[in-house]
Amino acid sequence: MENSNPNQQRRLELEKYFDARGPFAYLRLVQMKRAWKQSNRRELTWWESTYIPSVVSGIWLTSKHFFHNLSLHILHVFGLFKDVPAAVTFQYPEKPRPLALRSRTRHRLTKREDGSPRCVACMMCETVCPARCIEITAAEHPDPNIEKYPAEFILDLGKCVYCGFCVEVCPEDAIRMDTGKLNIAEYSRENMIYDKKRLMEE
Amino acid sequence: MSDILIKFLLAGGTIFIAFNIAGLLTWVERKQSALMQDRIGANRASIFGFKALGLFHAIADVLKMLSKEEFIPAGANKFLFNLAPYLSVVFALVGFAAIPIGNQLIIGDRVIELQAANINVALIYIFAMMSMGIYGVVLAGFSSNNNYAFLGGMRGAAQMIAYEITMGAAIMGVIMVYNTIDLQLLVRAQGDYLMGGWIPKWGIFVQPLAFILFLTAATAETKRTPFDLPEGESEIIGYFVEYSGMKFGMFFMADLIETVLVAALMTTLFFGGWQVPYLMPDGFHFPWRAHIVLSNLPVVLLGVLAFFIKLSFFIWLLMAVRWTLPRFRYDQLMHLGWKILLPASLVNIAVTAVIIIFLR
Repeated sequence: MENSNPNQQRRLELEKYFDARGPFAYLRLVQMKRAWKQSNRRELTWWESTYIPSVVSGIWLTSKHFFHNLSLHILHVFGLFKDVPAAVTFQYPEKPRPLALRSRTRHRLTKREDGSPRCVACMMCETVCPARCIEITAAEHPDPNIEKYPAEFILDLGKCVYCGFCVEVCPEDAIRMDTGKLNIAEYSRENMIYDKKRLMEE
Repeated sequence: MSDILIKFLLAGGTIFIAFNIAGLLTWVERKQSALMQDRIGANRASIFGFKALGLFHAIADVLKMLSKEEFIPAGANKFLFNLAPYLSVVFALVGFAAIPIGNQLIIGDRVIELQAANINVALIYIFAMMSMGIYGVVLAGFSSNNNYAFLGGMRGAAQMIAYEITMGAAIMGVIMVYNTIDLQLLVRAQGDYLMGGWIPKWGIFVQPLAFILFLTAATAETKRTPFDLPEGESEIIGYFVEYSGMKFGMFFMADLIETVLVAALMTTLFFGGWQVPYLMPDGFHFPWRAHIVLSNLPVVLLGVLAFFIKLSFFIWLLMAVRWTLPRFRYDQLMHLGWKILLPASLVNIAVTAVIIIFLR
C-alpha cells in the first residue's frame, strides 16, 4: 500500500542505489567493519590481560630467529651448511640482488654481425617515448637494403622513465633494456646523457 | 698502602669492565637486532681490511661523535647544558662500585672482597645513585631552551620517578627474605639451598613476582623499549634533541651503562650474583653426595665467571626485549606503572611478610 506512491518508490530505489555505490559507501563499509569488530571483540582473560604470555611468545619467536641465525653463522665459519643462508639480505655492492629476467634495466643498442648498430633510424622509439629522452640523427646507409642508420643516437637517462616503450616499438630489435645495470649514478647531468658509443659498449 | 692499591685496582677494574661492556653493547645491540631480524648487521668499518665482525663500528662511532660540532642552542643555560650528560654518565657509573663481582679472594693472609666499595648499605647506595640519574634527564630538558626538549625531560622524569618506586618496592621482598641490604652478604645468603639441597635459594625462586616487577621497572628505569618514550630515538622528540656530538654520545653511553648496571643488579638480587650452584667455599657439594674439593682461587674465579655469564644473559634478555616489543603509549606507561606494578609490588611485600612470619 505504501509502495503504491510512485514518488516514494523512486525514493526508496534511489536510497538503495546510493547506499551501495554512493560516495558514502566506503565510509559505511568502514563503519560496518568497526561494528563487526566491536560486536565480536573478546574480553581478554585475566592471564592474557597481564600481557605476559604475549610478551613471552614474542621473545620466544625473536630468540628462535636469533639462535637459529647465530648457530648458522658459527657453522658457516667452519665451512658447514654453506647453502643455508643465515640472513635474508643481499650484501649489495659485492653481491647484487638477482634481477627478474624481464626487469627493465639500462638500455643498449644491439649490433649487426659487422659491429654496426642494428638500428635503422626509423624514429619509432623517438616518437613513442613519453619522456622524449631519445634523439636520433639519421643518415643514409651505403647498403640500399638498409636505407638509413643512426649517425647519432642520444639517450638522456636523466629523463628516461624506464617504461620500455622504445623496446616494444622497435621493429628491428635494435634497442633492448637487458644490461642488468641499475646503479646509474653520475656527478653531473651531462654524464647521464648516453651517446651511441656508450650505448653500444655492452 | 697496599690496601689502598688493592682498592684502586678493584675500582679501576670495575670501571674498566663497566665501560668496556657498555661500549661493546653498541656492537651487541646492532648484531643481536640484526640476527633477530634475519639481517647481518654492521660489518663495513675496517682497519687495514680487517673487519672483526663489525667491532670497529664502535670506534668509528666514537670518532664520528668526537669530531662533530658541539652545538649549544642560543639562550641555553650553558653550565647546566654541559653538566647534564656528565651527571647522566657519572651516576650510572658509580653504581657499579657496590656490585659484588666475586667472593672473598684470599692471597696470603689478606682477605679481599671482590667489590669495589664494601659498604653495608650497598643497595640503598645503588638506588640513590640510580635516582640521581633523573637529574641528568631533567637538566638536559630544562637547559636546552627548547620546549620539545623540556616536555621530553618532564616525560622522562615522570616515568623514571614512577618506576623508581616500583623498583624499590619490588626489592623490599628480597631484602625481607635475606634480611640484609649489604649486597655481598645478600649474595652470600643466596648460597643456601631449598627443597633438601636441590634448588639454590636464589631470589628468583623465593621472589618470582618481585623478579618480574623488577625486570619491568628496571627496563623502564633505563628508558629502553618498550618504555623509551623519553628518548624515542627518532620518532618522539626526547630530552636530548639539542645535544650533538659526544654529549649526545654520553647520553647514549649512560643508557647502555645503566643497562649493564640493571643487568648486574638483577644478577645480584635474583640470580645469586657470583654463586655457582652447589659450589661452596671449599668446592662442589652436589645433593647426590658427590664432592669435588677446590682451593680458594679456582672457586673465586668460577664465581666471577658465573657472575659474568649471568650478566651477559641478562644483557641479552634486555636486548631481546628491546628488539621485540613495541613502544607503550604514555597513558599506558603511567597506567602500568602506577595502577598495576606499584600495587602488585605492595601486595608482594605484604604476602612475603606474612609468609616469613608464618615460617618463623
